[in-house]
Amino acid sequence: MAAHRCRYLACLLLLFLSVILVTMSQETTLGHEQHELVIRPLHSGDIYASFQFRTVWETDFMKGNKVSHYRLFPKSLGQVISKFSVRELHISFTQGYWRTMQWGQPFIPSPPGAELWVWFQDSVTDVDATWKELTNVLSGIFCASLNFIDSTNTLQPSASFKPLGIGNGTTDHRFLRYATLPREIVCTENLTPWKKLLPCGSKAGLAVLLKSEKLFHSSFHSQSVHIRPVCQDRQCKSSSWELRQALNVVFDLHTSGQSKREWSLFKMFSRTLTEACPLASSSKIYIDVTDNPQEEQFELSPATPLLSQAVVLGDRRTFSVYDLTQQVTFGTVRSLNLMIRWKSSEGDMLRPLLHAERYVTGYGLQTGEIHTLMYNNHPFRSFPVLLLDSVPWYLRLYIHTLKVISKGKDNNPSYIHYQPSKDRERPHLLEMLLQLPPHSVTEVTVQFERALLKWTEYTPDPNHGFYVGSSVISSLVPSTVAMETNITMEQPLFSSFFPCKEESSYFARVYTEPLLVNLPTPDFSMPYNVICLTCTVVAVGYGSLYNLLTRSFQVEEPNPGLAKRIANVIRRMRGVPPL
Amino acid sequence: MKILTLLSVFGPYLFTDSVNIENSAGQFFSSGHTNNWAVLVCTSRFWFNYRHVANTLSVYRSVKRLGIPDSHIVLMLADDMACNHRNPKPATVFSHKNMELNVYGDDVEVDYRGYEVTVENFLRVLTGRLPPSTPRSKRLLSDDRSNILIYLTGHGGNGFLKFQDSEEISNVELADAFEQMWQKRRYNELLFIIDTCQGASMYERFYSPNIMALASSQVGEDSLSHQPDLAIGVHLMDRYTFYLLEFLEDIHPSSKTNMNDLFKVCPRSLCVSTPGHRTDLFLRNPESVLITDFFGSVRKVEITTEVLNLTHPIQRVEGSPVNGESHREVYSYVDQLPVSEIIHQKPKQKDWHPPDGFILGLWTLILLVFFKTYGIKHLKHIF
Repeated sequence: MAAHRCRYLACLLLLFLSVILVTMSQETTLGHEQHELVIRPLHSGDIYASFQFRTVWETDFMKGNKVSHYRLFPKSLGQVISKFSVRELHISFTQGYWRTMQWGQPFIPSPPGAELWVWFQDSVTDVDATWKELTNVLSGIFCASLNFIDSTNTLQPSASFKPLGIGNGTTDHRFLRYATLPREIVCTENLTPWKKLLPCGSKAGLAVLLKSEKLFHSSFHSQSVHIRPVCQDRQCKSSSWELRQALNVVFDLHTSGQSKREWSLFKMFSRTLTEACPLASSSKIYIDVTDNPQEEQFELSPATPLLSQAVVLGDRRTFSVYDLTQQVTFGTVRSLNLMIRWKSSEGDMLRPLLHAERYVTGYGLQTGEIHTLMYNNHPFRSFPVLLLDSVPWYLRLYIHTLKVISKGKDNNPSYIHYQPSKDRERPHLLEMLLQLPPHSVTEVTVQFERALLKWTEYTPDPNHGFYVGSSVISSLVPSTVAMETNITMEQPLFSSFFPCKEESSYFARVYTEPLLVNLPTPDFSMPYNVICLTCTVVAVGYGSLYNLLTRSFQVEEPNPGLAKRIANVIRRMRGVPPL
Repeated sequence: MKILTLLSVFGPYLFTDSVNIENSAGQFFSSGHTNNWAVLVCTSRFWFNYRHVANTLSVYRSVKRLGIPDSHIVLMLADDMACNHRNPKPATVFSHKNMELNVYGDDVEVDYRGYEVTVENFLRVLTGRLPPSTPRSKRLLSDDRSNILIYLTGHGGNGFLKFQDSEEISNVELADAFEQMWQKRRYNELLFIIDTCQGASMYERFYSPNIMALASSQVGEDSLSHQPDLAIGVHLMDRYTFYLLEFLEDIHPSSKTNMNDLFKVCPRSLCVSTPGHRTDLFLRNPESVLITDFFGSVRKVEITTEVLNLTHPIQRVEGSPVNGESHREVYSYVDQLPVSEIIHQKPKQKDWHPPDGFILGLWTLILLVFFKTYGIKHLKHIF
């Protein structure tokens, strides 16, 4: 009997333990977290730091499950995705313009200002209404004026901005919406909610380095949030949600570096690292040492034995790796302050294969011309480029003057999609697929005319000018080494953002500068001046004329003196005529 | 003897009763609010109006320090000074020269910024008549037990306040907005502070109960700025708010300072203008009103021994792996630039246009019918 009971109890205990183990393993497979910081010293002495925080959440919104348990994934974004049936969401806030000629290609490109593009699920019936609500909700989450996104600056590209996540093959561009706000300012009030989305916040791990006073005192600052479905495993039969938060910053040698070619974590961020975020399964720092194989250009301290190679942006780069999850990285002082000290200042000039420029020519406030230049610096390969141009309705494009010239000859695009603007309703949309010949400059020009706005449509500071959003150039740039076509979990984050379908080229997106054009602006002090002048003219001119025409003159006796008046009174009493 | 025993029995009760009456009387005169809100507005644009943003941010900082959370603060800044390209120290807004105090801080949340700060948006926030898609952080979700602090700063005149150099709000509009708030029971008590030139004119027209108002200058007087900083190049703060900030820095969540001390902030000798206040619409005596009634957020906690049974927790539905086999299609990444697909893509035409030549044919038909009925002799009148 006792043996029975013992066995019974043992069985119960085993069952209990197995249940615990099963639930624990279920908890740990609900998602994982990867943190990464890549530091790339640039040729001009500046330094480029790129943070990426990735949360993967194994749940399938697309099957319509109701979710209530949020662990690593932020609840505010999870509720937004499920309420608005979002398939992909990409939002970025950028201060400054990325100089491709001096800094090369960024890991995650972004245009100046705010940019938002969203792919909705097939189940959405009214995409425009959902888009309007989504922009309002996001403006509250990120403390930005995204509620200014309306039909006058929303586009529906027909070929650009294909989804970056997985799908089942069909992409109907009816469910895509894209908008930019080039005027949007980025400041601490945008960084604060961005930091709150991280599971550790800004209290542990790499996010302690994100101090606004240093981040905004830089040449370029960009923070973005990307949500997309990714493959859960190699078979890719089910999807999981990936949230990537990226922050790119370029510190200037002279303003932040005090003109000394010596960078350290403390100098860049005014903080050092003491521990990794406990919720992150991997937390690493990569320093690009490709140009420094024998330590002849710069010296890296503390030294690290870990070295890794990765193919990124068409090139095989070597990185020194610091693993923050290992206690040995922090050494005896329990803090990590990376120092990069430069020894010599020679180096190869960067020759990016693709970069672009855009500017406005012309004089006066009536007409002008927009020039977009695309440079292909590859010596013998040509590659296709998709140019997306969006111009607000108040710059009326003369599309018959559109010219595309490469190397002095006309270059006919193989695909053109043009949607003309409607006044106060939608902007111009021009998409062209061009083949850039090798070692050439392609120039796209189009003339425009400026419109006169209604006086209520001007901003409070109209003499600043009006912004035209950046052009987007998406292309498949030929790469020098074979690209990785299988996106796996083991790849570092900076090389796995854009999916690769073929080995010989990689996908790159380049943004041009936004344009600032002056519209004919009325003098807003004019009504006050006009009222003053008109009233003066009316009072002086009309008043005098009226008096002249209608005034009649009468003769009047002068007033007699006092003695005479008394004498008149006495004479009246006597009945005698007065004096 | 019996009377004595009776008195001795009932005496203590009578005594405690009188103490209780005093307590309850005291509580009757203390504020009946349960939550605090703050609406802080800076209405000026352009870099030389740096001081107005610094004014608003210093009140924001004090209010946040004393306990009001970001979700209960609606902060409206008409221009960005911290990340302005003319700011030599980005991401900072200083209130004292020599850059002693950065009022911008590290965790500021601005709800309305830039062009969003308009008279219409300000009145909509006060009255609660916002479009349905407005997020929560941009709404003033106050109820009839909320104490609201409203702070306005900018350029003003006799009876108006200028918004963004392009429009004005008048004192009559403001008084009507407050009356609408009273009728909708959107506040319990309201403290209105304004720091502009001739600020007292803005509270002259109030007529709703439970409003206390303070202004930095009387009608006919200008509010002056405090001190410039030579490194930044602009005036950093206005005098009234500078001394208000100094006064508020000494307040902590449990301090018992009352409104009479607030009325004494910035006398004429320091401020050059004469600060004014208006308390005739307020039901309580200003002496019994604590500063923290408006600037802080005192949460009243009620301890109860009742037990509440929770319902079953929500069952997490596992992605049914058993019967989902038919939906198991292999997903793949989409080609980012499918050149051949794009070239053969036909763009969909959404607008319907009549077929080519239709308009020309229609006019030809009309002319033909016209000439048939009226004859060819009318041709010379047309051409």
